[in-house]
Amino acid sequence: MNLLRRIFLQKAALFWLPVFAVTWALSAYSFPLYKALGARWIIKYPAQAQLHLEANISAFMQWLVEDASFGLFSFRDLTRFISALIEAPYSFARNALIDGFSVGLGSDAVDVAPSLSWVAVIVTLVAMGHYARDWNLAALMAGCFGYLAIFGQWDSAMVTLASVLIAVPIGAVGGLLLGILAYRMPYFETMIRPVLDLMQTVPVFSYLVPILFLFGFGPVAALVATIIYAMPPMVRVTIVALRGVPSEIHDVGVMVGCTKRQLMWKVIIPSAAPTLMVGVNQVIMLSLNMVIIASMIGAGGLGYDVLTALRRLDIGGGIEAGVAIVVMAIALDRLSQAFATRVPDEVANHTTQNLAKRHPWLVSVLVVAVGTFLLSYIFPAVQDYPKSMTLSTGTFWSDVIGYINVHFFDAFEAVKTVFLTYLLLPVKRFFVGIPWAWGIIVMTLIGWRVGGIGLGLLSGVLTAFIAAVGLWNKAMVTVYLCGVSVLVASAIGIPLGIFAAQNDRANRIIGSFIDTLQTLPSFVYLIPVVMLFRVGDFSAMVAVVLYAMAPAVRYAAHGVRSVDPQLIEAGLVSGCTPRQLLWRIKLPMALPELLLGLNQTILLALSMLVITALVGTRDLGQEVYIALTKANTGQGIVAGLSVAFIAIIADRILSAFATRARTKMGMGS
Amino acid sequence: MEKPIILDCKNVWKIYGSQASRIHSEHNGNPSSDALKANGLIGAVRAVNLQIRQGEIFVIMGLSGSGKSTLVRCLSRLVEPTGGEILFEGKDLLTTSDAELIEIRRKKMGMVFQQFALLPHLTVLQNTAFPLEVQGVPRAAREARAREVIELVGLKGREAYYPRQLSGGQQQRVGIARSLAVEPDLWFLDEPFSALDPLIRREMQDEFLRLQNLLHKTIVFITHDFDEAIRLADRIAVMKDGKVVQVATPEELVLNPATDYVEEFTRHVTRSKVLTVGAVMTSGGSDIKTAGDVGIGQRIEAVADLLEASDLPFRVLDGDGNAVGTIGRQAVIDVLVGRVLKK
Repeated sequence: MNLLRRIFLQKAALFWLPVFAVTWALSAYSFPLYKALGARWIIKYPAQAQLHLEANISAFMQWLVEDASFGLFSFRDLTRFISALIEAPYSFARNALIDGFSVGLGSDAVDVAPSLSWVAVIVTLVAMGHYARDWNLAALMAGCFGYLAIFGQWDSAMVTLASVLIAVPIGAVGGLLLGILAYRMPYFETMIRPVLDLMQTVPVFSYLVPILFLFGFGPVAALVATIIYAMPPMVRVTIVALRGVPSEIHDVGVMVGCTKRQLMWKVIIPSAAPTLMVGVNQVIMLSLNMVIIASMIGAGGLGYDVLTALRRLDIGGGIEAGVAIVVMAIALDRLSQAFATRVPDEVANHTTQNLAKRHPWLVSVLVVAVGTFLLSYIFPAVQDYPKSMTLSTGTFWSDVIGYINVHFFDAFEAVKTVFLTYLLLPVKRFFVGIPWAWGIIVMTLIGWRVGGIGLGLLSGVLTAFIAAVGLWNKAMVTVYLCGVSVLVASAIGIPLGIFAAQNDRANRIIGSFIDTLQTLPSFVYLIPVVMLFRVGDFSAMVAVVLYAMAPAVRYAAHGVRSVDPQLIEAGLVSGCTPRQLLWRIKLPMALPELLLGLNQTILLALSMLVITALVGTRDLGQEVYIALTKANTGQGIVAGLSVAFIAIIADRILSAFATRARTKMGMGS
Repeated sequence: MEKPIILDCKNVWKIYGSQASRIHSEHNGNPSSDALKANGLIGAVRAVNLQIRQGEIFVIMGLSGSGKSTLVRCLSRLVEPTGGEILFEGKDLLTTSDAELIEIRRKKMGMVFQQFALLPHLTVLQNTAFPLEVQGVPRAAREARAREVIELVGLKGREAYYPRQLSGGQQQRVGIARSLAVEPDLWFLDEPFSALDPLIRREMQDEFLRLQNLLHKTIVFITHDFDEAIRLADRIAVMKDGKVVQVATPEELVLNPATDYVEEFTRHVTRSKVLTVGAVMTSGGSDIKTAGDVGIGQRIEAVADLLEASDLPFRVLDGDGNAVGTIGRQAVIDVLVGRVLKK
């Protein structure tokens, strides 16, 4: 045992080389091996030993919807109640922004009041921009929403905005309350922490399925999915923010005699407000992202436009709607960030001034809203942006893509073929060939080596689950696609990050580029990729690389930048060339950060991979997507869990690596 | 003659670690260091007895990790002591209900913190009025009171500033104003000046003494700076490893340090600022020729020029005007070179 441990767990080369060699050999020869031994179980998990979770889950959902009851009311009543609760404010927001208020149904409907005019909406946003920061932001808001009106995306954009307007307060307040509970009661936190972990790793599609099943197709289901998706980060941020309040501030509250409630709401939460606002910004961005994805279960709006364009391969339409999403994402992101960092106005004594002077923006917004309402009876253009004045870029984009495809088809095709032949296919063959039994063993060994016996068992069990539900091959396709994408994303992202860390101008340019990439809803990445490379593994890879590159860049830049300046000076004094400085001092010291970046890249890649199922991959993402179209809850959840487990294994193993690297360099655990 | 005791703490313990209170009671409320160590516990405050009298500045001095911050948090019950009694105006704080405790803190205690602990979202005025707001005092009344204390600490004109717009010294003035807004009977200051630059620290100490001359609060003042302790204290408790090593006036500490540890601190103190005439005078001898009179309680620093300029010694008078001894220039030199005999 001791000898085994020494050989196996201490000498790195003696562990990794044999493990890789055996895996490669088994992967390459599993098929001949099965033929030679006549043992089919080597390449395929035996059907009689398969777990039938799918059917059980589906049956359970069926029971939940049809029979489950809490005595006074049934489960179905509960879901209907929740629907009604969400539907009411949603239809109000939607009426106010786009549909207008009316009484009655169908053709009997009588209009009561029109919606806010486009002018009024833009003025409101401009006012918010100026209130939150300055005229620059106000101009950005005017530009972004003006764009939506002029380019004919107004109606869809307002539907999306209405969903965001409803999802964000519910998500933020819900997350805040759960976070407060977790802060107050440690056992509640230990209870929800694994749930939060799982929520972050389960692909979004897979909970669209049960929600679709419970709430039916439509905007309410989409909102429920959006809220569930956007809430976990808020819970996390809330816990961190409340914990981060200095203990002295807490003590002040106690010492001046606050009651528990006063302590929470008058002392701790206001002190944590800046961090909490970061959480709200996240909720907004995630909501927007999810509202787009949830167009598959009836959210409508811009996401729906993109989806239908993708399905029809309508290049121009897809890009137009995609750009509209980008514009809206940037506007909402900047606006909410400005609110998060807003500095309160100095000097306060204005009780003597009149209303208009105290609240100039509030008053002018009201004036514009009422004014445009009245004006619209004379000039309808004030109410709805005139159709005749909209510009369409659709044909332009179609032409551009057409031009590119005609003139550069060969070049694109060549790139694609080179990647496919020399990178994608060999890696795919390697992963898909690995026999499931060896896969379980090897994951156990790696976990054990990196993080001890506990991690080994965890990875073994999770891997075994994937094999046991019969998804081994699809999981391996996922691993291969994810692996290749992460490789490419790191190969591009890490050098970019290192470059950014050493050069201020590069840092500004790359930084703002990455910031913009990160605010884009994941859906948007699919559009140009499909236009240029059509469907298939390569397109999926490109989309995943684009989406997942950001953390690689960020962490690399941060890691290199936060190397102790004294170490760099020590290197300089010892006569290091810039190259030696980078390779011998900066990079080794930045290793833990690089590993964390890699970890994040993998998680993002996995979440994007599932979305790329739309462009025709044959992996777990496809499994989830199929489940969604068939509304097969069990299938969706099982495949979703498998993706989550892959993410959890990758996360735990890389974190353990990072911890080891850190301890080795004496940076604490 | 002695002032009444405001805060009386008897055999107070704070032990950190699992099962702390079980071990504490198993050893009849007096576990030894070995018993703590054997159970993997840390005794942050051990068997502390202190009596704090009305109107005095009581300084608790100790290096970091000596338990002084934990002790002051036990006294205000921000930290729950493991054992002992803390009598505040005759009432045991450890057995009062939460509601009573809130009432005591609202009306009778004030506290100033090392990192100022101002609420970032409130202005100077709102921060100062905050303790009153919590009590539900109407806005006009609480703001009027807040303006008074802001003026008292010398920040008039900055009521509408936010904490981040103020320097460290100004922020701590706000902290002081806030703690005084409720006119507390007992005023805790937890290393209030430690986060400030040396020059500002000195200025704030003067400011603090000026305020105390006006207000005559009962003060518990925590510091790790022995010079600060000497400068401000009526009495000092020196702490080490959770225990109080010695409680004495600054002069007694310098003259009679109880342990080598205390002596180490006193070694570099400017003695002429601590020692009084009474400590170095020659008793009796009232019949010899003298140049004039000095008071028994005056610091050597204050009379040094006088003594040095005269060839003759001075007569020392006690509080009632009786001559009790003499003092000459030789005594000043003795003090300067540290030749004072231990009494």
